[in-house]
Amino acid sequence: MSVGIVSYGVYIPRYRIKVEEIAKVWGANANSIIDGLMVYEKSVPDMDEDTITIAVEAARYAINRAGINPQKIGALYTGSESHPYAVKPSSTVVAEAVGATPDLTLADFEFACKAGTAAIQTCMGMVDSDMIELGMAIGSDVSQGAPGDALEYTAAAGGVAYIIGKKNQVAKIESTYSFTTDTPDFWRREGMPYPEHGGRFTGEPGYFKHVTSAAQGLMKRMGTKPSDYDYAVFHQPNGKFPTRVAKMLGFTNEQIKPGLVVPRLGNTYSGSCMMGLAATLDIAKPEDRIFMTSFGSGAGSDAFSFEVTDKIEKIRNGAPSVEKMLANPVYINYATYARHKGKIKL
Amino acid sequence: MSVPRFWRRLKNLYNLIGTHCKKCGGFYYPPRNMCPRCRRNGVIVPFKYKGTGEVVTFTIVHSAAKDYAMLTPYILAIIKLDEGPRLTSQVICSHEDIHIGMKVKSAFRKLGEESDRGMIYYGTKFIPLEN
Amino acid sequence: MRDVAIIGVGCTEFGELWDKSFREIFVEAGVSAIEDANVQGGKIDALYVGNMSGGRFIEQEHLGALIADYSGLASLHIPSTRVEAACASGGLALRQGIIAVASGYHDIVIAGGAEKMTDVGVETTTDALAAAADREWEGIMGATFPGLYAMIARLHMHKYGTKQEQLAAVAVKNHHNGTMNPKAQFQNEISIETVLNSVMVADPLRVFDCSPITDGASAVVLAPAEIAHKFTDTPIYVKASAQASGTISLHDRPDITTLDATVAAANRAYKMAKTTPKDIDFAEVHDCFTIAEICAIEDLGFVKKGEGGEAAESGLTAIGGKIPINPSGGLKACGHPVGATGVKQAVEITLQLRGEAGKRQIDGAETGLTHNVGGSGGTAVVHIFGRER
Repeated sequence: MSVGIVSYGVYIPRYRIKVEEIAKVWGANANSIIDGLMVYEKSVPDMDEDTITIAVEAARYAINRAGINPQKIGALYTGSESHPYAVKPSSTVVAEAVGATPDLTLADFEFACKAGTAAIQTCMGMVDSDMIELGMAIGSDVSQGAPGDALEYTAAAGGVAYIIGKKNQVAKIESTYSFTTDTPDFWRREGMPYPEHGGRFTGEPGYFKHVTSAAQGLMKRMGTKPSDYDYAVFHQPNGKFPTRVAKMLGFTNEQIKPGLVVPRLGNTYSGSCMMGLAATLDIAKPEDRIFMTSFGSGAGSDAFSFEVTDKIEKIRNGAPSVEKMLANPVYINYATYARHKGKIKL
Repeated sequence: MSVPRFWRRLKNLYNLIGTHCKKCGGFYYPPRNMCPRCRRNGVIVPFKYKGTGEVVTFTIVHSAAKDYAMLTPYILAIIKLDEGPRLTSQVICSHEDIHIGMKVKSAFRKLGEESDRGMIYYGTKFIPLEN
Repeated sequence: MRDVAIIGVGCTEFGELWDKSFREIFVEAGVSAIEDANVQGGKIDALYVGNMSGGRFIEQEHLGALIADYSGLASLHIPSTRVEAACASGGLALRQGIIAVASGYHDIVIAGGAEKMTDVGVETTTDALAAAADREWEGIMGATFPGLYAMIARLHMHKYGTKQEQLAAVAVKNHHNGTMNPKAQFQNEISIETVLNSVMVADPLRVFDCSPITDGASAVVLAPAEIAHKFTDTPIYVKASAQASGTISLHDRPDITTLDATVAAANRAYKMAKTTPKDIDFAEVHDCFTIAEICAIEDLGFVKKGEGGEAAESGLTAIGGKIPINPSGGLKACGHPVGATGVKQAVEITLQLRGEAGKRQIDGAETGLTHNVGGSGGTAVVHIFGRER
């Protein structure tokens, strides 16, 4: 396979709410939640931000970072579980807003938290088969956790865009492998504002089974082992799951550290492990190898193996890093958060 | 605003695409298809603005029309783009920071929506340049 | 062109007229103007109806015919025309009537204006008024009318050091004048503190910096000057009727603190009347917001640019001051039924020049000016009236 990442861009809204602030509203013990989730705060969208605006900002940064001609993008897919429209693509807005229309194909993807990595795989196939020159894969979400539900402490907002191509790769995609079964661990029915989940069922039969199976499947296929990689990124619904799954697979804490953005960001769903990958690319050196595995409830995992090229240095400073996006947040209280998230209706 | 009306202007609103008169060098945003200086002698072509500019004047709107009530209080401003033309938009920043002369850059935001059932309008607002 | 005179005026009460409909208030104003002019209905040659937004406020268009019909003039088949220029609709209807008489096309013409604004909720009213701005490039960005004038105010304060207290002084003065006008919506005194402590609408404009939502109608009867004395002993002569356009959007205005359409209309009017701002004894100006009166007196040439802020504070523009502004209470206190305002201003000038303005009478007034603005300054209409032909 001769495809890779040509550029990437990230966007995180500037607002944060601390776990303590949410816990206070529900009379919960913040420290035990922080210990349990390894999440201290999460990002919150502005009142006029949604999955589409976040996707556009990330996509624009991806285009600007490497000076991409948007007219060369032949496919664009936006993965999200919070598309503003039930019917009507988010991707058309994004494509128009980045100047990629009209000579391209696009669609919206949904697969809980792994719609973004599914979009990467789709772009890989199209680029590798020469159907298109460049493909853009976006993971963007303004996820909703029901008030008082455990998910409310982590459901965050953010987006990541990757441009996939053959020429000028900053990270070669060595291989990808997916593991998928029908496992209903988390869902949201049509017309419902908040998702439902299977509690602890989402852990063992959901996250851990699929992530480990996909990761081991890819390493088996490639003949690689954890120590062959400089860095590893796993889907991060909280801090605990990726830390534990890394250990189960034989990766070290040092390998996952740069990509573990969830403690200060929360779970950006379709953007989650893609954000971790971006944070890793922000600091990676040429020839570093990165391992990544996403997870989408329902359930499935996409595992990827990357090798960073020397082009990374050239484009790195062309757009804000994940660290820059995480810096200088504006903290808000629960009342403001409720307004921002549309929990108050006028 | 109706769907066709918004759709017709969508590229302008998304990407700050205005017009430019090749005859007199005038820059127009919002776009004009007749150069106000050269009139029929003008040569009008599309022009994409960089999206950076400066706050000329502003207000904080506390009482808004129905579709914008959820956003109040919000900052409404006249912004002079670096290329010259002025436009009206919102600035997203703290109410303590906003001032005449503030340097700003464009950001992609929701402009509004026609109720929960209707279409969502997207377009360009502004944020402080140092962001 | 023939000289034109106002031979009769009429005006309803201004306010929340819950029990009266649009057609009723227009007919009421029209009938009182006709009675004042002492003309028979059969003598009327044409009707001009100023109205901004019947379509939004009462879901009714075709207002010319409606008014002709309910004025009992349908059987005479006289031409009746609705005129629209946002908040300058009334001033423009008056101007159309004047042109019709001056040109010799018609002799006796009624020019009136009416707006019924309280039949819909305040959000619809706000949105209907916002249509006077550029919907595609201002309205969609969340611009409201108070918001646009607040941006003028902010820049005026920034450039000229105008103070909030000076804005407030305009409202205080106009409320004081309103106490002497039995038709005004607000007939109560207010203090600077009342204004400064009132609810913020669009910073720095507070609710007492804004004209209210009002129902009301006004009408004048116009006739050729040479026959005016047949109807009245005190015809008031139209010395100038001028109109000018500016950019519809505030952001395209060359100077955001100058309504250049006002400057252009005023210059034309002064030239037409062979007069200067110094010769104007008093004026009714478009104070839809307190800052609007400050800009108006500057742009009309009564004070230098940037010095408008001091005028109300120093008493310059009070009744008894050097140039009394808005003796009727203005849009602020008398109320602002948008289509009626421009005509009501002419009614006030007529009463003042006739010496019939009661407690608010300006002594020895010979020449008065009206100034009516559409939107943030896209249209300006200036009229000058005199006791002498």
